[in-house]
Amino acid sequence: MTDSDAVVSVRDLRKTYGNLAAIDGVSFDIHRGETFALLGPNGAGKSTTIEILEGYRDRTGGEAFVLGIDPTHGDLAWKARLGMVLQSTGESGNVTVSEQLTHFAGFYPNPRSVTEVIAAVGLEGKAKTMIRKLSGGQRRRVDVALGIIGRPELLFLDEPTTGFDPEARRHFWDLINLLKSEGTTILLTTHYLDEAAQLSDRAGIIAGGRLVDIGSIDELGGAEARVPIVRWRDNGVKQETRTPTPGAVVADLMRAGREPDDLQIIRPSLEDIYLELVARYEEKERVA
Amino acid sequence: MSTAHTARPGTSAVRQTLPGTPPALPAGRTVRLGASRIAYEVKTYFRQGDSVFFTFLFPVVFLLIFSVAFGDQSFGKDADGNDVTAAQFYLPAMLSAGLLLSGMQNLAIDIATERSDGTLKRFGGTPLPVLSYFIGKFGQVFVTGLAQAILLLLVAGVAFGAKLPTEASAWGTFAWVFVLGVSTFAVLGIALSALPRSGKSATAVIIPIALILQFISGVYLNFSQLPEWLQNFASIFPLKWMAQGMRSVFLPSTYEGLEPGGAWNLGGVALVTGIWLVAGLIVCRFTFRWIRKDS
Repeated sequence: MTDSDAVVSVRDLRKTYGNLAAIDGVSFDIHRGETFALLGPNGAGKSTTIEILEGYRDRTGGEAFVLGIDPTHGDLAWKARLGMVLQSTGESGNVTVSEQLTHFAGFYPNPRSVTEVIAAVGLEGKAKTMIRKLSGGQRRRVDVALGIIGRPELLFLDEPTTGFDPEARRHFWDLINLLKSEGTTILLTTHYLDEAAQLSDRAGIIAGGRLVDIGSIDELGGAEARVPIVRWRDNGVKQETRTPTPGAVVADLMRAGREPDDLQIIRPSLEDIYLELVARYEEKERVA
Repeated sequence: MSTAHTARPGTSAVRQTLPGTPPALPAGRTVRLGASRIAYEVKTYFRQGDSVFFTFLFPVVFLLIFSVAFGDQSFGKDADGNDVTAAQFYLPAMLSAGLLLSGMQNLAIDIATERSDGTLKRFGGTPLPVLSYFIGKFGQVFVTGLAQAILLLLVAGVAFGAKLPTEASAWGTFAWVFVLGVSTFAVLGIALSALPRSGKSATAVIIPIALILQFISGVYLNFSQLPEWLQNFASIFPLKWMAQGMRSVFLPSTYEGLEPGGAWNLGGVALVTGIWLVAGLIVCRFTFRWIRKDS
Protein backbone atom coordinates (compact mmCIF):
# COMPACT_ATOMS: atom_id res chain seq x y z
CA MET A 1 0.00 0.00 0.00
CA THR A 2 2.78 2.41 0.83
CA ASP A 3 4.06 3.81 -2.41
CA SER A 4 6.96 6.17 -1.93
CA ASP A 5 6.72 7.20 -5.56
CA ALA A 6 3.20 8.61 -5.48
CA VAL A 7 2.99 12.32 -6.21
CA VAL A 8 -0.78 12.29 -5.83
CA SER A 9 -2.52 9.86 -3.54
CA VAL A 10 -6.28 9.77 -3.09
CA ARG A 11 -8.22 7.35 -0.90
CA ASP A 12 -11.99 7.12 -0.71
CA LEU A 13 -12.38 10.77 -1.66
CA ARG A 14 -15.84 12.19 -1.07
CA LYS A 15 -17.48 15.51 -1.77
CA THR A 16 -21.13 16.14 -1.07
CA TYR A 17 -23.27 19.18 -1.73
CA GLY A 18 -26.35 18.84 0.46
CA ASN A 19 -27.31 15.23 -0.14
CA LEU A 20 -25.84 15.12 -3.62
CA ALA A 21 -22.59 13.19 -3.80
CA ALA A 22 -20.41 14.85 -6.43
CA ILE A 23 -17.56 12.47 -5.62
CA ASP A 24 -18.42 9.21 -4.02
CA GLY A 25 -15.38 7.25 -2.87
CA VAL A 26 -12.65 7.76 -5.45
CA SER A 27 -9.16 6.25 -4.94
CA PHE A 28 -6.09 6.45 -7.13
CA ASP A 29 -2.37 7.19 -7.13
CA ILE A 30 -0.29 9.11 -9.62
CA HIS A 31 3.36 8.14 -9.70
CA ARG A 32 6.32 10.40 -10.20
CA GLY A 33 6.83 11.22 -13.87
CA GLU A 34 3.53 9.72 -14.88
CA THR A 35 0.78 11.34 -16.94
CA PHE A 36 -2.60 10.35 -15.61
CA ALA A 37 -5.85 11.21 -17.40
CA LEU A 38 -9.16 11.58 -15.63
CA LEU A 39 -11.92 10.91 -18.13
CA GLY A 40 -15.66 11.10 -17.80
CA PRO A 41 -18.84 12.82 -18.94
CA ASN A 42 -19.67 16.40 -17.94
CA GLY A 43 -20.65 16.60 -14.28
CA ALA A 44 -19.02 13.25 -13.47
CA GLY A 45 -16.74 14.83 -10.88
CA LYS A 46 -13.48 15.33 -12.81
CA SER A 47 -13.12 19.03 -12.11
CA THR A 48 -14.29 18.69 -8.53
CA THR A 49 -11.59 16.07 -7.96
CA ILE A 50 -8.90 18.19 -9.58
CA GLU A 51 -9.99 21.30 -7.64
CA ILE A 52 -9.81 19.41 -4.35
CA LEU A 53 -6.26 18.34 -5.22
CA GLU A 54 -5.37 21.92 -6.18
CA GLY A 55 -6.64 23.16 -2.81
CA TYR A 56 -9.55 25.17 -4.22
CA ARG A 57 -12.23 23.01 -2.68
CA ASP A 58 -12.44 21.19 0.64
CA ARG A 59 -13.32 17.53 0.58
CA THR A 60 -16.12 16.09 2.66
CA GLY A 61 -14.40 12.78 3.36
CA GLY A 62 -11.51 10.51 2.54
CA GLU A 63 -7.86 11.36 2.21
CA ALA A 64 -5.84 13.28 -0.33
CA PHE A 65 -2.13 13.96 -0.53
CA VAL A 66 -0.42 16.04 -3.18
CA LEU A 67 3.38 16.07 -3.03
CA GLY A 68 2.94 14.51 0.40
CA ILE A 69 0.80 17.38 1.69
CA ASP A 70 -2.92 17.58 2.41
CA PRO A 71 -4.12 20.20 -0.12
CA THR A 72 -6.40 21.74 2.52
CA HIS A 73 -3.21 22.89 4.25
CA GLY A 74 -1.05 23.59 1.24
CA ASP A 75 1.23 26.59 1.81
CA LEU A 76 3.10 28.82 -0.63
CA ALA A 77 6.16 26.55 -0.79
CA TRP A 78 3.80 23.74 -1.79
CA LYS A 79 2.13 25.88 -4.46
CA ALA A 80 5.55 26.81 -5.84
CA ARG A 81 5.97 23.17 -6.87
CA LEU A 82 2.64 22.97 -8.69
CA GLY A 83 1.39 24.25 -12.01
CA MET A 84 -2.33 24.73 -12.64
CA VAL A 85 -4.19 25.23 -15.86
CA LEU A 86 -7.74 25.89 -14.73
CA GLN A 87 -10.78 25.07 -16.77
CA SER A 88 -12.03 28.57 -17.38
CA THR A 89 -10.41 31.95 -17.31
CA GLY A 90 -11.72 35.29 -18.44
CA GLU A 91 -9.33 37.97 -17.33
CA SER A 92 -9.45 41.33 -19.07
CA GLY A 93 -5.80 40.93 -20.06
CA ASN A 94 -4.50 44.48 -20.20
CA VAL A 95 -0.94 43.18 -20.40
CA THR A 96 1.08 41.60 -23.15
CA VAL A 97 1.83 37.89 -23.25
CA SER A 98 5.45 38.58 -22.43
CA GLU A 99 4.64 40.99 -19.56
CA GLN A 100 2.22 38.52 -17.99
CA LEU A 101 4.66 35.62 -18.15
CA THR A 102 7.55 37.69 -16.82
CA HIS A 103 5.36 38.84 -13.93
CA PHE A 104 4.25 35.31 -13.03
CA ALA A 105 7.76 33.92 -13.45
CA GLY A 106 8.75 36.19 -10.56
CA PHE A 107 6.44 34.30 -8.20
CA TYR A 108 8.49 31.11 -8.49
CA PRO A 109 11.92 30.25 -7.08
CA ASN A 110 13.22 28.56 -10.23
CA PRO A 111 11.13 29.60 -13.24
CA ARG A 112 11.60 28.64 -16.86
CA SER A 113 12.78 31.17 -19.39
CA VAL A 114 9.91 33.38 -20.58
CA THR A 115 11.12 33.33 -24.19
CA GLU A 116 11.36 29.55 -24.20
CA VAL A 117 7.90 29.09 -22.72
CA ILE A 118 6.37 31.51 -25.23
CA ALA A 119 8.02 29.52 -28.01
CA ALA A 120 6.93 26.22 -26.48
CA VAL A 121 3.26 27.24 -26.62
CA GLY A 122 3.71 28.64 -30.12
CA LEU A 123 3.06 32.31 -29.37
CA GLU A 124 6.39 33.76 -30.57
CA GLY A 125 4.61 36.15 -32.91
CA LYS A 126 2.27 37.34 -30.15
CA ALA A 127 4.75 38.02 -27.34
CA LYS A 128 4.10 41.77 -27.50
CA THR A 129 0.35 41.50 -28.07
CA MET A 130 -2.16 42.38 -25.34
CA ILE A 131 -3.77 39.20 -24.03
CA ARG A 132 -7.25 40.65 -24.55
CA LYS A 133 -6.56 40.93 -28.26
CA LEU A 134 -5.79 37.20 -28.62
CA SER A 135 -8.23 34.60 -29.90
CA GLY A 136 -9.78 32.10 -27.50
CA GLY A 137 -7.35 29.37 -28.46
CA GLN A 138 -4.37 31.71 -28.13
CA ARG A 139 -5.51 32.82 -24.67
CA ARG A 140 -5.75 29.18 -23.71
CA ARG A 141 -2.13 28.79 -24.74
CA VAL A 142 -1.26 31.67 -22.42
CA ASP A 143 -3.03 29.74 -19.63
CA VAL A 144 -0.88 26.71 -20.41
CA ALA A 145 2.25 28.88 -20.49
CA LEU A 146 1.36 30.34 -17.05
CA GLY A 147 0.85 26.80 -15.78
CA ILE A 148 4.35 25.69 -16.71
CA ILE A 149 6.34 28.91 -16.18
CA GLY A 150 7.18 27.91 -12.59
CA ARG A 151 8.80 24.62 -13.65
CA PRO A 152 6.22 22.56 -11.71
CA GLU A 153 6.88 19.06 -10.43
CA LEU A 154 3.18 18.36 -10.80
CA LEU A 155 1.05 19.95 -13.49
CA PHE A 156 -2.76 20.01 -13.40
CA LEU A 157 -4.34 20.37 -16.81
CA ASP A 158 -8.12 20.80 -16.67
CA GLU A 159 -9.38 20.51 -20.25
CA PRO A 160 -6.34 22.33 -21.56
CA THR A 161 -6.99 22.11 -25.30
CA THR A 162 -10.56 23.43 -25.42
CA GLY A 163 -10.73 25.86 -28.34
CA PHE A 164 -7.53 24.65 -30.01
CA ASP A 165 -7.47 23.97 -33.73
CA PRO A 166 -6.03 20.55 -34.73
CA GLU A 167 -2.61 22.03 -35.44
CA ALA A 168 -2.45 23.77 -32.06
CA ARG A 169 -3.51 20.54 -30.41
CA ARG A 170 -0.66 18.62 -32.07
CA HIS A 171 1.70 21.37 -30.99
CA PHE A 172 0.38 21.08 -27.45
CA TRP A 173 0.95 17.32 -27.48
CA ASP A 174 4.58 17.90 -28.40
CA LEU A 175 4.87 20.30 -25.49
CA ILE A 176 3.40 17.78 -23.04
CA ASN A 177 5.74 15.09 -24.33
CA LEU A 178 8.62 17.47 -23.73
CA LEU A 179 7.45 18.11 -20.15
CA LYS A 180 7.10 14.36 -19.62
CA SER A 181 10.62 13.80 -20.85
CA GLU A 182 11.78 16.31 -18.23
CA GLY A 183 10.06 14.24 -15.56
CA THR A 184 6.97 16.40 -14.91
CA THR A 185 4.07 14.51 -13.37
CA ILE A 186 0.78 15.45 -15.04
CA LEU A 187 -2.87 15.12 -14.11
CA LEU A 188 -5.01 15.74 -17.17
CA THR A 189 -8.74 15.95 -17.74
CA THR A 190 -10.00 16.06 -21.29
CA HIS A 191 -12.98 15.32 -23.48
CA TYR A 192 -10.75 14.29 -26.34
CA LEU A 193 -10.13 10.59 -26.01
CA ASP A 194 -7.47 10.59 -28.72
CA GLU A 195 -5.64 13.18 -26.64
CA ALA A 196 -5.81 10.99 -23.54
CA ALA A 197 -4.61 7.98 -25.55
CA GLN A 198 -1.80 10.02 -27.05
CA LEU A 199 -0.53 11.62 -23.84
CA SER A 200 -1.32 9.57 -20.80
CA ASP A 201 0.29 6.50 -19.33
CA ARG A 202 -2.73 5.62 -17.28
CA ALA A 203 -6.31 6.81 -17.07
CA GLY A 204 -9.21 6.68 -14.67
CA ILE A 205 -12.77 6.80 -15.95
CA ILE A 206 -15.13 8.57 -13.62
CA ALA A 207 -18.92 8.53 -13.90
CA GLY A 208 -21.47 9.70 -11.36
CA GLY A 209 -18.68 10.54 -8.92
CA ARG A 210 -17.28 6.99 -8.97
CA LEU A 211 -14.22 5.55 -10.60
CA VAL A 212 -15.61 2.90 -12.97
CA ASP A 213 -12.24 1.79 -14.27
CA ILE A 214 -8.59 2.62 -13.89
CA GLY A 215 -5.54 1.27 -15.64
CA SER A 216 -2.96 1.80 -18.33
CA ILE A 217 -4.40 3.05 -21.60
CA ASP A 218 -4.11 -0.35 -23.28
CA GLU A 219 -5.68 -2.20 -20.35
CA LEU A 220 -8.78 -0.08 -19.73
CA GLY A 221 -12.04 -1.96 -20.02
CA GLY A 222 -10.26 -5.32 -19.71
CA ALA A 223 -9.48 -7.83 -22.42
CA GLU A 224 -13.15 -8.27 -23.28
CA ALA A 225 -13.58 -4.64 -24.28
CA ARG A 226 -10.69 -4.95 -26.72
CA VAL A 227 -12.08 -7.87 -28.69
CA PRO A 228 -11.98 -6.80 -32.34
CA ILE A 229 -15.16 -6.24 -34.27
CA VAL A 230 -15.66 -7.58 -37.80
CA ARG A 231 -18.25 -5.64 -39.81
CA TRP A 232 -19.54 -6.22 -43.27
CA ARG A 233 -22.68 -5.95 -45.35
CA ASP A 234 -24.59 -8.94 -46.57
CA ASN A 235 -27.07 -8.07 -49.32
CA GLY A 236 -27.26 -4.56 -47.91
CA VAL A 237 -27.85 -5.77 -44.32
CA LYS A 238 -25.27 -4.71 -41.75
CA GLN A 239 -23.52 -7.62 -40.06
CA GLU A 240 -21.27 -7.43 -37.03
CA THR A 241 -19.47 -9.95 -34.89
CA ARG A 242 -16.95 -9.65 -32.08
CA THR A 243 -14.19 -12.17 -32.15
CA PRO A 244 -10.65 -12.67 -30.92
CA THR A 245 -9.92 -14.35 -34.28
CA PRO A 246 -11.07 -11.90 -36.96
CA GLY A 247 -8.90 -13.56 -39.60
CA ALA A 248 -10.80 -16.83 -39.20
CA VAL A 249 -14.14 -15.00 -39.50
CA VAL A 250 -13.03 -13.34 -42.71
CA ALA A 251 -11.71 -16.67 -44.04
CA ASP A 252 -15.11 -18.27 -43.32
CA LEU A 253 -16.85 -15.44 -45.16
CA MET A 254 -14.57 -15.95 -48.15
CA ARG A 255 -15.21 -19.70 -48.14
CA ALA A 256 -18.93 -18.92 -48.34
CA GLY A 257 -18.09 -17.82 -51.81
CA ARG A 258 -17.76 -14.11 -52.36
CA GLU A 259 -16.03 -10.93 -51.31
CA PRO A 260 -18.05 -9.34 -48.43
CA ASP A 261 -19.21 -5.74 -48.99
CA ASP A 262 -17.74 -2.96 -46.79
CA LEU A 263 -15.54 -5.35 -44.84
CA GLN A 264 -13.92 -3.78 -41.74
CA ILE A 265 -11.93 -5.17 -38.88
CA ILE A 266 -12.04 -2.72 -36.01
CA ARG A 267 -9.95 -2.71 -32.89
CA PRO A 268 -11.90 -0.69 -30.30
CA SER A 269 -10.27 2.67 -29.72
CA LEU A 270 -10.04 4.26 -26.29
CA GLU A 271 -13.10 6.24 -27.30
CA ASP A 272 -15.12 3.07 -28.03
CA ILE A 273 -14.03 1.52 -24.75
CA TYR A 274 -14.77 4.69 -22.83
CA LEU A 275 -18.25 5.02 -24.32
CA GLU A 276 -18.99 1.41 -23.53
CA LEU A 277 -17.81 1.73 -19.92
CA VAL A 278 -19.87 4.86 -19.37
CA ALA A 279 -22.92 3.31 -21.05
CA ARG A 280 -22.53 0.19 -18.92
CA TYR A 281 -22.36 2.34 -15.77
CA GLU A 282 -25.44 4.33 -16.77
CA GLU A 283 -27.34 1.15 -17.52
CA LYS A 284 -26.47 -0.22 -14.08
CA GLU A 285 -27.60 3.01 -12.42
CA ARG A 286 -30.89 2.93 -14.32
CA VAL A 287 -31.61 -0.63 -13.18
CA ALA A 288 -30.59 0.04 -9.60
CA MET B 1 16.54 10.26 -1.74
CA SER B 2 18.01 12.03 1.25
CA THR B 3 15.40 12.61 3.92
CA ALA B 4 12.74 9.94 3.74
CA HIS B 5 10.70 10.34 6.90
CA THR B 6 9.35 7.18 8.40
CA ALA B 7 5.61 7.25 8.75
CA ARG B 8 4.58 7.18 12.38
CA PRO B 9 2.59 4.12 13.37
CA GLY B 10 -1.08 4.91 13.33
CA THR B 11 -0.81 7.56 10.65
CA SER B 12 -2.59 6.96 7.43
CA ALA B 13 -1.25 4.31 5.12
CA VAL B 14 -1.49 6.70 2.18
CA ARG B 15 0.61 9.40 3.78
CA GLN B 16 3.42 9.66 1.30
CA THR B 17 7.04 10.46 1.80
CA LEU B 18 8.79 12.10 -1.07
CA PRO B 19 12.44 12.30 -1.88
CA GLY B 20 14.09 15.56 -0.89
CA THR B 21 12.60 18.37 1.14
CA PRO B 22 10.93 21.16 -0.82
CA PRO B 23 13.14 24.22 -1.11
CA ALA B 24 12.13 26.96 1.29
CA LEU B 25 11.04 30.13 -0.44
CA PRO B 26 13.57 32.94 -0.08
CA ALA B 27 12.96 35.45 2.70
CA GLY B 28 11.83 38.93 1.75
CA ARG B 29 9.96 37.76 -1.31
CA THR B 30 6.67 39.16 0.00
CA VAL B 31 8.06 42.68 -0.25
CA ARG B 32 9.88 42.05 -3.53
CA LEU B 33 6.74 40.60 -5.10
CA GLY B 34 4.74 43.47 -3.58
CA ALA B 35 6.95 45.91 -5.48
CA SER B 36 6.51 43.86 -8.65
CA ARG B 37 2.73 43.93 -8.08
CA ILE B 38 2.77 47.73 -7.69
CA ALA B 39 4.46 48.16 -11.07
CA TYR B 40 2.00 45.74 -12.66
CA GLU B 41 -1.03 47.33 -11.01
CA VAL B 42 -0.12 50.89 -11.96
CA LYS B 43 0.59 49.84 -15.55
CA THR B 44 -2.71 48.02 -15.98
CA TYR B 45 -4.63 50.82 -14.19
CA PHE B 46 -3.66 53.39 -16.76
CA ARG B 47 -4.38 50.98 -19.61
CA GLN B 48 -7.97 50.64 -18.38
CA GLY B 49 -9.84 53.53 -20.01
CA ASP B 50 -12.92 53.53 -17.79
CA SER B 51 -11.05 53.49 -14.48
CA VAL B 52 -8.84 56.34 -15.65
CA PHE B 53 -11.90 58.40 -16.39
CA PHE B 54 -14.24 57.49 -13.52
CA THR B 55 -11.72 57.42 -10.73
CA PHE B 56 -8.69 59.35 -11.91
CA LEU B 57 -10.04 62.25 -13.95
CA PHE B 58 -13.51 62.50 -12.41
CA PRO B 59 -12.58 64.90 -9.56
CA VAL B 60 -10.46 66.92 -11.98
CA VAL B 61 -13.40 67.27 -14.35
CA PHE B 62 -15.64 68.33 -11.47
CA LEU B 63 -13.09 70.86 -10.26
CA LEU B 64 -12.99 72.32 -13.78
CA ILE B 65 -16.77 72.48 -14.01
CA PHE B 66 -17.23 74.10 -10.59
CA SER B 67 -14.38 76.53 -11.13
CA VAL B 68 -15.80 77.65 -14.48
CA ALA B 69 -19.48 77.59 -13.51
CA PHE B 70 -19.02 79.58 -10.29
CA GLY B 71 -16.05 81.57 -11.57
CA ASP B 72 -17.74 84.94 -10.93
CA GLN B 73 -18.92 84.17 -7.43
CA SER B 74 -17.11 84.93 -4.25
CA PHE B 75 -16.88 82.19 -1.67
CA GLY B 76 -16.14 84.53 1.20
CA LYS B 77 -12.98 86.40 2.11
CA ASP B 78 -9.72 85.41 3.67
CA ALA B 79 -8.05 87.19 6.58
CA ASP B 80 -6.53 89.79 4.23
CA GLY B 81 -9.90 90.56 2.70
CA ASN B 82 -9.21 88.78 -0.60
CA ASP B 83 -12.01 86.82 -2.30
CA VAL B 84 -11.92 83.04 -2.05
CA THR B 85 -12.47 81.70 -5.56
CA ALA B 86 -14.54 78.68 -6.61
CA ALA B 87 -11.35 76.77 -7.48
CA GLN B 88 -9.92 77.35 -4.03
CA PHE B 89 -13.19 76.49 -2.35
CA TYR B 90 -13.68 73.21 -4.26
CA LEU B 91 -10.05 72.08 -4.26
CA PRO B 92 -10.11 70.41 -0.80
CA ALA B 93 -13.47 68.81 -1.57
CA MET B 94 -12.18 67.32 -4.82
CA LEU B 95 -8.95 66.17 -3.16
CA SER B 96 -10.96 64.21 -0.62
CA ALA B 97 -13.29 62.88 -3.33
CA GLY B 98 -10.18 61.76 -5.25
CA LEU B 99 -9.01 59.74 -2.24
CA LEU B 100 -12.40 58.08 -1.97
CA LEU B 101 -12.55 57.29 -5.69
CA SER B 102 -8.95 56.17 -6.16
CA GLY B 103 -9.04 54.18 -2.97
CA MET B 104 -12.41 52.79 -2.07
CA GLN B 105 -14.42 52.93 -5.28
CA ASN B 106 -11.58 51.86 -7.54
CA LEU B 107 -10.35 48.97 -5.41
CA ALA B 108 -13.77 47.63 -4.48
CA ILE B 109 -14.78 47.40 -8.15
CA ASP B 110 -11.35 46.27 -9.29
CA ILE B 111 -11.05 43.41 -6.82
CA ALA B 112 -14.67 42.29 -7.23
CA THR B 113 -14.05 42.12 -10.98
CA GLU B 114 -10.80 40.20 -10.48
CA ARG B 115 -12.62 37.78 -8.23
CA SER B 116 -15.33 37.10 -10.76
CA ASP B 117 -13.15 36.89 -13.89
CA GLY B 118 -10.81 34.29 -12.42
CA THR B 119 -7.77 36.51 -11.83
CA LEU B 120 -7.84 35.86 -8.08
CA LYS B 121 -8.44 32.16 -8.58
CA ARG B 122 -5.35 32.04 -10.73
CA PHE B 123 -3.30 33.87 -8.07
CA GLY B 124 -4.65 31.44 -5.49
CA GLY B 125 -2.95 28.63 -7.40
CA THR B 126 0.44 30.35 -7.41
CA PRO B 127 2.90 31.05 -4.58
CA LEU B 128 1.97 34.77 -4.62
CA PRO B 129 1.47 35.88 -0.98
CA VAL B 130 -1.85 37.61 -0.27
CA LEU B 131 0.13 40.37 1.41
CA SER B 132 2.10 41.04 -1.79
CA TYR B 133 -1.20 41.35 -3.63
CA PHE B 134 -2.40 43.87 -1.02
CA ILE B 135 0.87 45.80 -1.26
CA GLY B 136 0.30 45.98 -5.02
CA LYS B 137 -3.22 47.36 -4.61
CA PHE B 138 -2.13 49.77 -1.92
CA GLY B 139 0.76 50.96 -4.08
CA GLN B 140 -1.55 51.44 -7.03
CA VAL B 141 -3.88 53.59 -4.93
CA PHE B 142 -0.98 55.55 -3.49
CA VAL B 143 0.64 56.25 -6.86
CA THR B 144 -2.57 57.08 -8.71
CA GLY B 145 -3.97 59.04 -5.75
CA LEU B 146 -0.80 61.11 -5.52
CA ALA B 147 -0.76 61.79 -9.28
CA GLN B 148 -4.40 62.79 -9.04
CA ALA B 149 -3.75 65.14 -6.11
CA ILE B 150 -0.86 66.79 -7.98
CA LEU B 151 -3.06 67.21 -11.05
CA LEU B 152 -5.80 68.78 -8.93
CA LEU B 153 -3.32 71.16 -7.29
CA LEU B 154 -1.95 72.14 -10.69
CA VAL B 155 -5.39 72.74 -12.17
CA ALA B 156 -6.50 74.81 -9.18
CA GLY B 157 -3.22 76.66 -8.69
CA VAL B 158 -2.04 77.22 -12.25
CA ALA B 159 -5.19 77.23 -14.39
CA PHE B 160 -7.44 79.06 -11.90
CA GLY B 161 -4.89 80.88 -9.82
CA ALA B 162 -6.16 79.53 -6.52
CA LYS B 163 -4.01 80.57 -3.59
CA LEU B 164 -2.13 77.51 -2.29
CA PRO B 165 -0.67 77.50 1.21
CA THR B 166 2.97 78.49 1.59
CA GLU B 167 3.60 77.39 5.20
CA ALA B 168 5.38 74.08 5.71
CA SER B 169 2.97 73.19 8.52
CA ALA B 170 -0.01 73.27 6.13
CA TRP B 171 1.76 70.88 3.74
CA GLY B 172 2.69 68.69 6.68
CA THR B 173 -1.00 68.44 7.53
CA PHE B 174 -1.75 67.73 3.88
CA ALA B 175 0.82 64.92 3.88
CA TRP B 176 -0.55 63.05 6.89
CA VAL B 177 -4.18 63.58 5.95
CA PHE B 178 -3.37 62.29 2.46
CA VAL B 179 -1.48 59.21 3.65
CA LEU B 180 -4.10 58.40 6.27
CA GLY B 181 -6.87 58.88 3.71
CA VAL B 182 -5.22 56.80 1.02
CA SER B 183 -4.57 53.98 3.48
CA THR B 184 -8.04 54.03 4.96
CA PHE B 185 -9.89 54.15 1.66
CA ALA B 186 -7.63 51.48 0.13
CA VAL B 187 -8.33 49.16 3.04
CA LEU B 188 -12.06 49.92 2.90
CA GLY B 189 -12.02 49.21 -0.83
CA ILE B 190 -10.51 45.77 -0.24
CA ALA B 191 -13.06 45.12 2.50
CA LEU B 192 -16.01 46.30 0.36
CA SER B 193 -14.92 44.17 -2.61
CA ALA B 194 -16.52 41.18 -0.91
CA LEU B 195 -19.95 42.84 -1.16
CA PRO B 196 -20.83 42.55 -4.89
CA ARG B 197 -21.82 39.00 -5.83
CA SER B 198 -20.41 39.37 -9.32
CA GLY B 199 -18.08 41.56 -11.30
CA LYS B 200 -20.98 42.81 -13.37
CA SER B 201 -22.87 44.09 -10.34
CA ALA B 202 -19.77 45.65 -8.79
CA THR B 203 -20.22 49.14 -10.24
CA ALA B 204 -23.94 49.10 -9.43
CA VAL B 205 -23.24 48.22 -5.79
CA ILE B 206 -20.19 50.39 -5.14
CA ILE B 207 -20.80 53.64 -7.04
CA PRO B 208 -24.05 54.56 -5.19
CA ILE B 209 -22.27 54.08 -1.85
CA ALA B 210 -19.47 56.37 -2.99
CA LEU B 211 -21.89 58.94 -4.44
CA ILE B 212 -24.07 59.17 -1.34
CA LEU B 213 -21.00 59.54 0.86
CA GLN B 214 -19.76 62.38 -1.33
CA PHE B 215 -23.09 64.23 -1.17
CA ILE B 216 -23.47 64.02 2.60
CA SER B 217 -19.82 64.63 3.43
CA GLY B 218 -19.39 68.10 1.99
CA VAL B 219 -17.77 67.19 -1.32
CA TYR B 220 -20.35 68.56 -3.74
CA LEU B 221 -22.51 70.41 -1.24
CA ASN B 222 -21.25 72.94 1.25
CA PHE B 223 -21.02 70.96 4.50
CA SER B 224 -21.79 73.94 6.72
CA GLN B 225 -25.16 74.35 4.98
CA LEU B 226 -26.32 70.78 5.59
CA PRO B 227 -28.83 70.17 8.40
CA GLU B 228 -27.25 69.29 11.69
CA TRP B 229 -28.66 65.74 11.83
CA LEU B 230 -27.15 65.02 8.41
CA GLN B 231 -23.82 66.49 9.51
CA ASN B 232 -23.91 64.21 12.54
CA PHE B 233 -24.75 61.20 10.41
CA ALA B 234 -21.98 62.00 7.93
CA SER B 235 -19.54 62.32 10.83
CA ILE B 236 -19.75 58.57 11.34
CA PHE B 237 -17.94 58.06 8.00
CA PRO B 238 -14.35 58.91 7.17
CA LEU B 239 -14.99 61.00 4.04
CA LYS B 240 -16.44 63.91 6.03
CA TRP B 241 -13.27 64.00 8.12
CA MET B 242 -11.01 63.79 5.08
CA ALA B 243 -12.81 66.74 3.52
CA GLN B 244 -12.51 68.65 6.78
CA GLY B 245 -8.80 67.89 7.04
CA MET B 246 -8.26 69.08 3.49
CA ARG B 247 -10.27 72.27 4.13
CA SER B 248 -8.00 73.03 7.07
CA VAL B 249 -5.08 73.01 4.63
CA PHE B 250 -6.50 74.93 1.70
CA LEU B 251 -9.17 77.26 3.09
CA PRO B 252 -8.31 80.43 5.01
CA SER B 253 -8.68 80.55 8.77
CA THR B 254 -11.84 82.63 8.30
CA TYR B 255 -13.55 79.38 7.36
CA GLU B 256 -12.69 77.56 10.56
CA GLY B 257 -15.73 78.98 12.36
CA LEU B 258 -18.08 77.33 9.86
CA GLU B 259 -16.96 73.85 10.86
CA PRO B 260 -19.02 71.90 13.38
CA GLY B 261 -17.80 73.05 16.79
CA GLY B 262 -16.11 76.01 15.13
CA ALA B 263 -12.76 74.25 14.76
CA TRP B 264 -10.87 72.20 12.16
CA ASN B 265 -10.64 69.45 14.76
CA LEU B 266 -7.64 67.63 13.25
CA GLY B 267 -7.63 65.33 16.27
CA GLY B 268 -11.09 64.18 15.24
CA VAL B 269 -9.88 63.68 11.67
CA ALA B 270 -7.08 61.42 12.87
CA LEU B 271 -9.25 59.57 15.36
CA VAL B 272 -12.29 58.73 13.25
CA THR B 273 -10.30 57.93 10.12
CA GLY B 274 -7.87 55.86 12.18
CA ILE B 275 -10.72 53.83 13.65
CA TRP B 276 -12.00 53.09 10.14
CA LEU B 277 -8.50 52.12 9.07
CA VAL B 278 -8.10 49.63 11.89
CA ALA B 279 -11.64 48.26 11.46
CA GLY B 280 -11.04 47.87 7.73
CA LEU B 281 -7.75 46.04 8.32
CA ILE B 282 -9.47 43.61 10.68
CA VAL B 283 -12.27 42.97 8.18
CA CYS B 284 -9.73 42.38 5.37
CA ARG B 285 -7.65 40.09 7.53
CA PHE B 286 -10.61 37.87 8.34
CA THR B 287 -12.73 38.02 5.22
CA PHE B 288 -10.38 38.17 2.25
CA ARG B 289 -10.25 34.95 0.22
CA TRP B 290 -8.86 34.36 -3.25
CA ILE B 291 -12.05 32.53 -4.11
CA ARG B 292 -15.37 31.77 -2.50
CA LYS B 293 -14.83 28.13 -1.65
CA ASP B 294 -17.56 25.79 -2.83
CA SER B 295 -19.56 28.41 -4.65
